[in-house]
Amino acid sequence: MESPFRSEAAAFRFLLITIGAFALIVVASTIDPALGFLVFLVLAGAAVAIYLRQRGPAPDREHVEHVGAPDERRILVVANETVGGQELMSVISIRALEWKSEFFVVCPALNSRLKTWTSDEDPARAKAQARLGATLERLASVGIEARGEIGDGDPLVAIEDAVRAFHPDEIVVSTHPEGRSNWLVRGVPDAVRARYDVPVTHVVVDLEAEAEAAAEPADDA
Amino acid sequence: MSAHVEALHDHHGPPEANQSSRVDSRTLGMLMFIGSEIMLFGSFFAAYFFVRVVNPSASPEWPPEPYHFPVFVAGVNTAILVTSSFTMHWALQSIKRGERAGFLAGMVLTFVMGLAFLLTQVVEYLNVGFNTGDGAFASVFFGLTGLHGAHVAVGLSLLLMVIIRGFRGHFTPEHHHGVELPGIYWHFVDVMWIVVYATVYLL
Repeated sequence: MESPFRSEAAAFRFLLITIGAFALIVVASTIDPALGFLVFLVLAGAAVAIYLRQRGPAPDREHVEHVGAPDERRILVVANETVGGQELMSVISIRALEWKSEFFVVCPALNSRLKTWTSDEDPARAKAQARLGATLERLASVGIEARGEIGDGDPLVAIEDAVRAFHPDEIVVSTHPEGRSNWLVRGVPDAVRARYDVPVTHVVVDLEAEAEAAAEPADDA
Repeated sequence: MSAHVEALHDHHGPPEANQSSRVDSRTLGMLMFIGSEIMLFGSFFAAYFFVRVVNPSASPEWPPEPYHFPVFVAGVNTAILVTSSFTMHWALQSIKRGERAGFLAGMVLTFVMGLAFLLTQVVEYLNVGFNTGDGAFASVFFGLTGLHGAHVAVGLSLLLMVIIRGFRGHFTPEHHHGVELPGIYWHFVDVMWIVVYATVYLL
C-alpha cells in the first residue's frame, strides 16, 4: 500500500483529489444533505478500495556483495520451527563438505498478529532462542561452526537484517511442507529469490514424518 | 573483494545504520509525524461531530442563531492557501530542474501566501462576532481552526528555513530533501484545511 504522503508530488496529487472530492460532497449537500452523505460514503468507499488495491513498485533486486576469502562461502540459514529438522541438517552438512563455509542461522521470533498488537514478543523470542541454541549445539557436535541470532517476526525483514550484516553467498530457507507452512502461503522463498541476487535454496522439513520415522523403531521394539 | 574487507576493517566511527525498512528514514519520520497529526485532528473532529450531530440538544442551525461564519472571507483564504500549494509544487519542480530563480520565487510566494492566510485568519477571529465562551460550537470552531492555524505557523517556520537555505545555495537538483519534506507537510496542512473548511464552514 502506498502512502499518499510518500513524496511531495504524491501529496500534491492527494491535495487535488481532496479538493475535488470535497467539492462534490459540498455540491451534493447543497442539493440535499442526504445526497451529500451518500456521495461522502461512495467516495470514502472508493478511496479505501483504491488504497487497498494499490501495490507499491516491486523493489529492485539487491546485489549482495561477497565478503571474506574468495574460496569461502557464507551461508545464511533461515528457519524457525524447522530449524532442527533432519533435511535442513543434511543440506547444511553437504554445504560444509562442499565448501569452506561459514554459517549464520536466523530464527525469526514468530508471533501471532494478535499477540504482536496486544502483548509482547518475549515468549516468541524465548522459544526461538531455545531452538537456535539447540541447533547451534547440534551443528557444533558434528563439527560445523555456526553463529546465529533471533530475527524479526517477519521472515523477510529478518532476512533483510541478516543479509546486511552477514553478506551471504547463499540463502537457505527452511519451511514446513505445503499446506502447513505460513511462509509458503506468503511466498517467502519466492520473495527472497526475487529480492536478492544470490542462490536461494528452499528446504522442506516435514517434522511430523521425521517424528513418525523416529518413533517406528521404538514401536517395533 | 579483499579491498572491501580491508575497507570494512579500516572503517572508523559508528557502523553503517542497519535499516530494515525500505522507506527512506527521513520520509518515514515525516509519514509517522503526519500520522500522529491525523490522529490529533481526528480528536478535534470527533468533538466537532459530537457537538453538531451526536449532542441531543444541538441546534438544527449551524452555527446556531444569531451567529454566522465568514464563509466568503474563509473561501478567499482557502483559495490563497490552495494556490500556495501550487507554488510550493512549482518551487520543488524548479529546483529539481536546476532552475534556482523559479525555486526561490516559488518558495517566497508560498511563504507570502501562507502568511496572508494566517493574518486573514487572525483578522477573522477579531471580527467573527463570538468568542470561545459563547457555546460549544464556538469552542469547536476556534479549536479546529486554531489548531490548523498553529500548523500553518509551523509550516511557515519550515518554509522560512527553506528560503534562507535556498538563498544560501544549499539545494541542488540532486540534493533537495530539505525542500521535499516541508513540501509534504505544507500539502498536508492544505488537505486538512480543505476538510476543516468544508465541514465547519460549508456543510
